[in-house]
This record gives sequence, structure tokens and C-alpha cells, in this order.
Amino acid sequence: MMHKKRPASFYWLAAFFGLFVMFLYGPISAIVILSFQGPNGGLTFPMNGFSIHWFFALFGEQLVGDFETSFLRSLQLGLVVMALTVVISLVTGLAFRKKFFGSNLLFYTTVASLIVPSILVSLGIGLIFNIMGWEVSWTTSGLGAHLTWTLPFGFLIMIAVFNRFDKSYEEAARDLGASSWQTIRHVVLPIIGPSLIGVALFGFTLSYDEFARTLMTSGVKNTLPLEIFGMTTNVTTPTLYALGTLTTFFSLFMILTAMGVLFYLRRRQESHGSDAGKGV
Amino acid sequence: MDTVDRQSPLSTLLQISPISLILGFFLVLPIGTILIVSFWDYNDFSFFPDFVWTNYSDALGSNVTYKTYLNTLWYAGLTWFFTFIIGFTVAYFLAFHIHTTRWQIVLFLICTIPFWTSNIIRMISWIPFLGRNGVFNTMLQSIGLIDEPLEFLLFSDFSIVLAFVHLYALFMVVPIFNSMMRIDRSFIEAAIDGGANGWQTLTNVVIPLCKPGIAIGSIFVVTLVMGDYITVRLMGGGQRASVGVMMWNEISLLLYPAAAAHAVVLLAVVLIMVSLMMRVVDLKKEL
Repeated sequence: MMHKKRPASFYWLAAFFGLFVMFLYGPISAIVILSFQGPNGGLTFPMNGFSIHWFFALFGEQLVGDFETSFLRSLQLGLVVMALTVVISLVTGLAFRKKFFGSNLLFYTTVASLIVPSILVSLGIGLIFNIMGWEVSWTTSGLGAHLTWTLPFGFLIMIAVFNRFDKSYEEAARDLGASSWQTIRHVVLPIIGPSLIGVALFGFTLSYDEFARTLMTSGVKNTLPLEIFGMTTNVTTPTLYALGTLTTFFSLFMILTAMGVLFYLRRRQESHGSDAGKGV
Repeated sequence: MDTVDRQSPLSTLLQISPISLILGFFLVLPIGTILIVSFWDYNDFSFFPDFVWTNYSDALGSNVTYKTYLNTLWYAGLTWFFTFIIGFTVAYFLAFHIHTTRWQIVLFLICTIPFWTSNIIRMISWIPFLGRNGVFNTMLQSIGLIDEPLEFLLFSDFSIVLAFVHLYALFMVVPIFNSMMRIDRSFIEAAIDGGANGWQTLTNVVIPLCKPGIAIGSIFVVTLVMGDYITVRLMGGGQRASVGVMMWNEISLLLYPAAAAHAVVLLAVVLIMVSLMMRVVDLKKEL
């Protein structure tokens, strides 16, 4: 097909899009630059020299607090939430391929989990633990609160995936004598694999960055976002930006890893075909 | 025969029990508890079972509550307006002006990546721009537009709404883009062939067909803003009120039954708003 000449509106909209991207990335790039302030630099431009002083300050023993352990907590919590979100979303998605008693109720409860204001989830879980005399902790109440946020995303993705899933592949596998486990392992999973990577990415990053549902449910030990929030009130040096830079790059690293895995899976599928039916 | 029909009721039960148990314990039960505790009584030291309406009469009888709700609705309205304008325009550009799937994916990913990073960091990152000696004030002063730095940029309604739009614009882009991609292109050609101009095509064909996407995006944005307490706290410098901040203050003072009553009122308000917006969507068809 011949390339059509672009209308004038294209250039206006492209300019708008460009401004939107600048709006999205501008502020964060500013704090990345400012985190390299010289030792006498402040929270705003201009740059007063250039150093990695504030990154060292982050690891030094001073008022900045408990950044390393809170990072490790968020990392562990994120990985556990990720694993649970992938597995639970997958099995729930499998169940939802046919109507069952209460499927509508479960569907709308899961959607509700997404739109109920986070402060209610936080308050409610906090109240239960308070009344029962249990101690809130990031490993129990915190984990549960995070799952109320990540599961709906994973669940809705899986519903969308299975809505588009061609069931004739499964029927073919069954006709050839595959058991239900074999059908899932060798036919269904390879086909929906990329979507599961997407669910994993949602599960990890939403948990790693979660704040509102964690505030009343993590107990005395802070996750990283809570630690950063605490810093905003009492840290007035570019250390704050250094931490912001590090954690943003960590998020980016996880996103790129997920995309890399997706790319690899697609390449492998293109060159080998699917391993469906090979019985590996 | 349909293969999945062979699945036994028992395996379905096993498959749905993890999510049911988790949401039952960490979502349904907490909301039930809030409902119950909103009728409890409290003193300076603790809260205890009772059945009193005072928490509601305190909440609904106070002018502060109404002012706070109005203020929060104001934030929600402004944020909705700007995210809608931005979301629709960006989605329109991606859906109708980018013709190759590869470029659509690339540009779409560029928009989505910030969503996967920390909200708090994204809020903090406005400080160097909006502060008294920030980028905007310096720029405006150097071109001679203003003499004194503008004070309203940071820790004001302006910075709060700006941060909301920055954080949540994507929640509008994605569902509207999704709706637009489903529009059969021949409808648009038919409209143009029938003599409609660009504007008429937009208002009579594209926007009506995007309604579900607009509704889903609006639900996200409105509920996120209505329940927010950190953005208002952080970007308002602790000086601005919202429903979430008001609840958070009560929670920090351990006035749980009072906070619970406010929570029930907030939930009712949010559910009414959502049910109005849900009228134009069949959620299951959107997936």
C-alpha cells in the first residue's frame, strides 16, 4: 500500500504526545540528575558540582535510617506476592473458563478489591488484627493487603487471556490422548506463558511500590515506600533523590528483565515452534 | 464436546478457593469489620463494642465533613477533566495516527513504564520544579514574566492536582486506547464517505464507541482520587484537606470508630459514583 500523506492533525497530536512524554519523564529525570549534586548542593537546581556523595550518604550510618533492610523486605515481599499472584490468577482464570455457582459474585468481589479505596483495606485489616490482639506485620497482614491489590490485576489479565484462547488446541491434545495435566503443561502454559510474565511484572512492581494499603498493615518494620515516605518529612538533602534514583532504576531493571524474557520466549517460539506435543 | 466441561466441580472449587479465601479474609471481612466498628464507642484510651450512632452524627453533622467532601470532589473533578483530555488525545493519536503495530507497542510502552515505578518518588520529583527556587520560578523570573517567585506552585491545590494528573493519566489512556482499537475502521470511513467532517466523526462515531473505555478510566481515576491520602498530604504540605487525610488524622489519633464511620460514608459515596459510571459498561465484554 502506498504511504498516505499525513494530515496536519497528525503533527499537532504528535506534538501533544511528545509533551505528554516529557510531562511523564521530565520530573523523574530531574531528580536523577539532582541526586548527583555536589556535597554542598541542595534540593533544587542549579547543580553545585557533581558527585556521588549522596549515594554514599545513603549507605552511611546516619539519620537516613533503615534503607537497606527496608529494601530487602520490599524485595522479599514483592517476590512472594509475585509468585502467589501468578499461581492464584492462573488457577482462578482456569476455573472461570466455565460458569460455576457464584462466579459472578467472585468476579465482582475481585473487581471491588480494585476500586475500594486503599485506606479502607488498610484500616479494616488493621482493625481486625487490633481486635483479635494479633500483631500486624509485613509478612502477614502486609502480605494479605498487597494481594488484595495485585490479584485483581492478575485475575482480569487472565480472564482477558482465556477469552481469546482458542480451545481447539486443547481439544486436539485431548483427542491425541493427553491427560488434563499434560494438556495444561504442554499446550495451555506455553501459549499463555507471555501473559503470565506480564502478571508477574504487575505482581512484583505493584507490591514493591505499594504504599496506601501497607501503611496500617506492615507493623513496626517499614517497607521501602514507607521508609521513603518517612524520609520526605525529615530529610532535606539530595539523599532523598539518591534513594529515588536507585529505587527507580531497580523498578526499570525489573521491567526490562520481564520484557527481555518476553522477547526471548517469542524468539524461541519463532525458531523452534512450540514444544507442544513433544512430551518434554 | 467442550473439553473444559469435563472439569469436575471439585477441581473448580479447588481452583477458586485461594482467591476466595484471600479476598474473604483481607477484603470482605475488613469491610464488614469497619461497618461494625463504625457503631462502636470510644474514649481517650480505647474503643469497645457498643451500638451508637454518634460516630455518624458526628461525621454527618459537622460542616468540616461537607467542606472536606466538596474539596475532595473538586480534586476528583479537576483530575478527571485533565486526565480525560490527555488520555483521550494520547489514545486517539496512538490508535488512529500510528499505523504500524510495532510503533504502537513501542509508544504505548513508553507511556506505561512510569506506571510501574514508585508513586511517592514520582510525587517527590516535582519538588525541584515547583519549589520557591524551582525550575519554573527560575525560568519565569529569568524571562521577566514575574518579579517574585510564585508561592502557589508547591504545597497547594495546584501541586496536588498536578501530581494526581501525573500519576493517573495512564489509567485513562489504556482503557480508551483499548476501546478505540476495537472500533471497526469501516465505520469511520463510512462517516467520512457520508460527508461528516473530522469533528463530526469524532463526536458522533468515535466518542460514543469509546464510552466503555472512558467509563472504566473514569472509575479508576475518580476512586483513586476520592480515597487518596498521601498525594494530598505530601503535595499539599500537610495544609490541605481531603476525605482520606481526615480519616488518616483520626486513625493516627486512634479514634477508630470515628474513622470507621467516615470510611463507610466514603465507601457509599464511591460506590454511588461507580455505579453511575458502570451504567455504560458491561465489564465482562471489555476483557
